[in-house]
Amino acid sequence: MSDIDAIPEFKTKSGDGQDVGITNLSAFASGPGIKSMAEVLAIILVAVVIIGGTEILLNVFAVPQYVLPKPSQIGLALISDFHLILPHLGYTLVELLSGFAIGAVVGLVMAAVITQFPFVEKVVTPYILLLVTTPMLALVPLLILRFGFGYTPRIIAVALAAGPMVMINAATGFRRVDPGKIALARSYGASTIQIFWKIRAPMALPMILVGLMIGSIFGLLTAVGAEMVGGGFGLGNRLTSYSSMIQMPQFFAVVLILSILGILIYVLFFLIGKKWASWEA
Amino acid sequence: MNAQSSVQPKLRVRGATKVYSTGSGDLLAIDRCSLDVAPGEIVSIVGPSGCGKTTLLWSMSGLHGLTAGEVLLDGKPVKGPNPEISMVFQEANLLPWRNLDANINFPFEIKGTKPDRVWIDELLQMVGLEGFGARFPRELSGGMRQRAALVRALSFKPSVLLMDEPFGALDSFTREEMNRLVEQIWLDRPTTIVLITHSIEEAIFMSDRVVVMSARPGRVANIYPVPFPRPRSLDIMATKEVFDLTNAIKREIVGDQKSRFSTPSAPVFQAAK
Repeated sequence: MSDIDAIPEFKTKSGDGQDVGITNLSAFASGPGIKSMAEVLAIILVAVVIIGGTEILLNVFAVPQYVLPKPSQIGLALISDFHLILPHLGYTLVELLSGFAIGAVVGLVMAAVITQFPFVEKVVTPYILLLVTTPMLALVPLLILRFGFGYTPRIIAVALAAGPMVMINAATGFRRVDPGKIALARSYGASTIQIFWKIRAPMALPMILVGLMIGSIFGLLTAVGAEMVGGGFGLGNRLTSYSSMIQMPQFFAVVLILSILGILIYVLFFLIGKKWASWEA
Repeated sequence: MNAQSSVQPKLRVRGATKVYSTGSGDLLAIDRCSLDVAPGEIVSIVGPSGCGKTTLLWSMSGLHGLTAGEVLLDGKPVKGPNPEISMVFQEANLLPWRNLDANINFPFEIKGTKPDRVWIDELLQMVGLEGFGARFPRELSGGMRQRAALVRALSFKPSVLLMDEPFGALDSFTREEMNRLVEQIWLDRPTTIVLITHSIEEAIFMSDRVVVMSARPGRVANIYPVPFPRPRSLDIMATKEVFDLTNAIKREIVGDQKSRFSTPSAPVFQAAK
């Protein structure tokens, strides 16, 4: 331990135990990969058993549609009412994408800046944690009072939900400094900006991707929740509307669309992570 | 070889002193170290663990400031990273998100200069890494990674190469192979090399002179010339001269260690007056 050779100036990295990363990239970047035909068949078989079994059970016990519609009814509703639901999917996507873009950009910039100043970071971190742990949905009624029933309150809510998630994970990434790599860049005369773009940013990328994924999922959650609180459009609005009219097949069709949306987001970041951050897994 | 000749030293360290401020007070890492390295000379620095070898080397590279003293390159003070000086770090220190080609390009990206492809290809061929450009560091063996790091360090034709325990993490066979490789490259294009190592054998095999540093605070305790012609073969390692030299250096380091440990409760700082 008494080895002075270990350059004291570079010694500490996140020594304050402030690593508040939500999850590790390897948790999703090394996700399941499909290997063989047998696996594909098994996956299809399980799906058939679950969906078919539900169908049969609901028939056998004569469960009324308003309690739980059969998978076939949900499928039919999805096809027959898709043209009615589609515009609302569009509204939700607009809220999600614009809110997420704002939140992600602000979160990334703040993470990059704040991690450069350990003192500022110490002061700011509790508030960021507060933003992360406070469900931004709680603010939606207030936002609606202030901004009305349009896009604005929803986009703000999405940005507020996604931004801190992106920031806290990205900050973990930016804090994860390898002194050796920075010394390497410095030995070639790298400037602070070069060190940021060529060393810190790529090193932080896996955690940034984790942040973006969690942030976008939280954004989707918040967008749908905000739509359920008020306003006449969006998938969340459809959920409240269909359930109030006891149109359960349509209701579940919307739930299905939301699930697919969530899975697509996951897959998107999985693929990005595989392409750009696989060096870490 | 021509260490003590009248030519101006390539690298000159004068009275290098470095004090680290730590939580428990100041720590004198190296104390008035002086050393001249002639152009094209290979000098090794050995010494007990914690004697400040790395501190001294990092100061030579300009990555570290000194508390007192100075480092001169061709008579001009080194005050920061210098394009003439290249570092090889402990472990290969390749960037894991870049493939081998991009790793070798890294210095040029930072410097904003164009890489000399012919020279780099020649280097890659010399170290046996041609055709591996698209591989990522994780796909290379430890020896290959260190060879890639060597190519990267030499890619921009520095006149001084500083190596910080470059082969410490390699097995002894790979290490010997790397030693011969460095000598071969050096014969092809003489570069002034300062090498830190834990291995006295490596120091002797590689160097024109071996500098022995004392335990903390690090001082230049002794300098041993190694008068064997190049290229050297591993056979010299079995000669009596090398055996005696190894023992002398070992005794110097161990003896120094002993005196450090046998003085009970001697404050670390006492030696620095």
